[in-house]
Amino acid sequence: MTTPLIELKSVDKSFRSSDGTARSVLDSVDFTLYDGEIVALLGQSGSGKSTLLRIMAGLIPADSGQVSYRGLPLYGPARGISMVFQSFALFPWLTVQKNVELGLEAQGMLPKERAERAEAAIELIGLSGFEGALPRELSGGMRQRVGIARALVLEPEVLLMDEAFSALDVLTGERLRDDILELWATRKIPIKAILVVSHNIEDAVIMADRVLVFASNPGRIRDELPIALSRPRESGTPAVRALINRVYALMTSGGIQAARTAGKEGKLQLGDRLPEADIARIEGILELLAGEQFHGRADLPKLAEETELSDQELFDVCSALALLGLADLAQGDIVITRLGERHVNANNTERKEIFGAQVLENVPLVTYIYQGLMQDMSGDLHEDLFLKLLNFTLDKTDAERTLSVAIEWGRYGELFEYNFNTGVIQRPEVMPSA
Amino acid sequence: MIKTTLFFPRQVVEAGGNRWDWALLPMVLALFVLMGYGAQQMARPYQVGQTLPLSLDAVYLPYYLLRTTLRMFIALGASMVFSCVFAALATKYRTAEKIMVPMLDILQSIPVLGFLSITVTGFIALFPGNLLGVECAAIFAIFTSQAWNMAFSAYQGFRTVPAELTEAASVFQLSGWQRFWRLELPYAMPGLVWNMMMSMSGGWFFVVASEAISVSNQNIMLPGVGSYIAMAIEARDLHAIGWAIGAMLIGIMLYDQLFFRPLVAWADKFRFEESGSEKVPESWLLNWLHRTERAQSMTKAFVRLLERSFSMFRRTHDGTSIRAHPQARSSTPERIWDAVIAAAVFYAVWTLIHFVLAEVGWAEVLRVFVLGCYTMLRVIVLIAIAAAIWIPIGIWIGMNPRLAEQVQAAAQFLAAFPANLMFPVAVVGIVHFHLNPDIWLSPLMILGTQWYLLFNVIAGASTVPTELRYAAQNLGLSGALKWRRYLLPSIFPSFVTGAITASGGSWNASIVAEYVSWGTTTLKAHGLGSYIAEMTARGDFPRIALGIGVMCVFVMAFNHFVWRRLYRMAENRLHF
Repeated sequence: MTTPLIELKSVDKSFRSSDGTARSVLDSVDFTLYDGEIVALLGQSGSGKSTLLRIMAGLIPADSGQVSYRGLPLYGPARGISMVFQSFALFPWLTVQKNVELGLEAQGMLPKERAERAEAAIELIGLSGFEGALPRELSGGMRQRVGIARALVLEPEVLLMDEAFSALDVLTGERLRDDILELWATRKIPIKAILVVSHNIEDAVIMADRVLVFASNPGRIRDELPIALSRPRESGTPAVRALINRVYALMTSGGIQAARTAGKEGKLQLGDRLPEADIARIEGILELLAGEQFHGRADLPKLAEETELSDQELFDVCSALALLGLADLAQGDIVITRLGERHVNANNTERKEIFGAQVLENVPLVTYIYQGLMQDMSGDLHEDLFLKLLNFTLDKTDAERTLSVAIEWGRYGELFEYNFNTGVIQRPEVMPSA
Repeated sequence: MIKTTLFFPRQVVEAGGNRWDWALLPMVLALFVLMGYGAQQMARPYQVGQTLPLSLDAVYLPYYLLRTTLRMFIALGASMVFSCVFAALATKYRTAEKIMVPMLDILQSIPVLGFLSITVTGFIALFPGNLLGVECAAIFAIFTSQAWNMAFSAYQGFRTVPAELTEAASVFQLSGWQRFWRLELPYAMPGLVWNMMMSMSGGWFFVVASEAISVSNQNIMLPGVGSYIAMAIEARDLHAIGWAIGAMLIGIMLYDQLFFRPLVAWADKFRFEESGSEKVPESWLLNWLHRTERAQSMTKAFVRLLERSFSMFRRTHDGTSIRAHPQARSSTPERIWDAVIAAAVFYAVWTLIHFVLAEVGWAEVLRVFVLGCYTMLRVIVLIAIAAAIWIPIGIWIGMNPRLAEQVQAAAQFLAAFPANLMFPVAVVGIVHFHLNPDIWLSPLMILGTQWYLLFNVIAGASTVPTELRYAAQNLGLSGALKWRRYLLPSIFPSFVTGAITASGGSWNASIVAEYVSWGTTTLKAHGLGSYIAEMTARGDFPRIALGIGVMCVFVMAFNHFVWRRLYRMAENRLHF
């Protein structure tokens, strides 16, 4: 566990947005993947963990800093590093067998040897009998098995898994995860290290020897949590539960909540990403929190279980609640505030008023739009103006998402109106009292 | 009762392939003999000015059909190769992409006849004393009617390969060659096949013009269905026209059954959408080939050859090698390249203007623009009329799934049928009833392209979600409201797709449709198409260039300002 396989030293990465400004995605990241370990990278979406994984895969170059594999600088995809993709990335026109053979064929291996090795890998991952099937005939779980077999057949030293289970349903994902862990534990595969990028906390805790928590904007490693529990780990045991709780706490501690309390510097900025949470979900969670079951205080893992939301979705809703001052996050728990209680007990009109006032006060983007509309003679502004502004700090999809969240919140709070067809944001006919 | 198995002892079947082989063998042999014969005829000695023996006797039609078919397939093969090379180069080299893509956009809007008039003399000079030169000119003309949209679709396909698949190809160390065959070409295949079918119809449309070459004072008639039709028109022989129509129908049906259906059914496996719920296209021929051992062994041989080439052209180093070290990129060469392109474009435009203006004055240029407006008006009105007719019909058909299937096949078939065969009928009618050619020649422009409207609308209507249909029924939508709020918006995106194709085709067809002859009678409608056709017949290069240039401007402006906007609007707002 001491030989480094992949080493990153003060790696920076920024992307150019459409208007040519650079946006930092990774800021001076140091990371070493050692022989014999499984490492999980956790982080909210947009935190740059996928970018980091792709740098290690040699798919995108780092702007500065050093990336090395077995002591050699890494300029492109290396033979010893293989990858499993979130959406499987199978070639739909090739049969299972041919998909698995792909990497071997690229190496120029003879057909006979290729077929033998592919069959062994297919057997190992439990796909026997499906060699001749096309990917579209298979279910999601089976497809990802093909993806894994395709990576394993190359006998790589390092296996990179990019959200490999997140496109699968929970049960299928768990089975696949346990199968991989079994292969790892029984040393049936010559893999020396696995790096898992995920936003599922349970996956990370069950699999990894080390969990790294990523912070966003720009992406950097914020916390590291070594896990010494012996495998196999059961998700129900108290030790695992405690760990899951700790990771929840770690993941929520540095987020928007901290930003709110850290005073002016840490406050949410105009160009920051907004949590992707729609009104129905925000109010639903708030009501659940205030209800009989939780009495105003909930353990995040329990809330996740109860609501059947994914970790990412739950984080988004909780961040939104914290941002709007309707709830507080503390040590992996979420606690409703007095304002939150008032919101729950209010009627529709009052709810909208509370919500509008909170959004206007706490979300700089909404404030900015609102003031812009008030000052503008015509009382309407095109959304592109704000998109351009967000493009300085966020990538295209994040910018669009953030703006649409701001628009939804602003609309619900009756701060402004929006016309989807024209893309124009308008001052409402009736002025809100806020 | 005797079991049938007794009569087919297993050893016998295994010894000589399976029984499908025996049926296939004569077919394949016959095909080879025919192709060989046709090809031999293409390379006969020939002097310019010599008249090739042609007869209006219907007995010769199968032979002519063979010759035409051969030309079409050679052109199609060339288009396929061109498309692949184009797409591979344009996606691989940014510098190449910068000129290649706009170039293609321009080439696409140049009318097919324009190419023929410019290239025919060159091709004849290439093979002196041989028919091959003229054949090449004809094939090239057909090629120009097929290649551009195929190249675009291939380029589009190569460009839109999903990011994760590209990443997988990199992680698994696929070389450029391997990536082309394993990833890019398969991904682009369905679009390419679809465009191939459209191209084939386009090719039929121009086959008359390209076989009976009467441009630049050349008067050459190559044996083929096109020349047969041209001769029939000259001789005012309606019976011969009838025979030609029959021959074409049979020809198109054979193409459809023997070539395109199997191709479409085969290309279905390259479909990227992972859901398997849609109806899978089928072809009896493909099923048959799949069952035939000999055919299978042929494809296997090809696959083996391809795989051997994979091991030859593989990556020799991975990302840890010093050879993968990225080179320091400087922006200077790129800027120089941009400057070179700009200078070349500037020079070309300047020369062109000079050339045109030396011969024709500004007044003529203005006149041509006015003619362009006439033709544009025709295109717009015709699309509107066609829309008014085909949208209701298309919706009605599309909402009856069983009907849709049959009509879809028929509409595709009709689209492949060259509409210019109907022109003589129109001329006879117009002359007989003393009608105004400016109005009555116009419908000919859209005769061949209206089908794209129809089958796109059908496709759109058949994808309207059932729940939406129930909702509309439930709410009791009826009359104008039903059309405005439910039916029209739901087929709008597919209508726009169809209209883009139809309008592009109509512009191209205007050259043939605005200037129609029947024996000695020539009917002419005022428009850009007839201007180009007339100048082409005369061999007046400056005016051809002017006409083609103006048409390019019109088509590109029309695409840019009307269709692309509508398309984007449809993409953003009106889809399910």
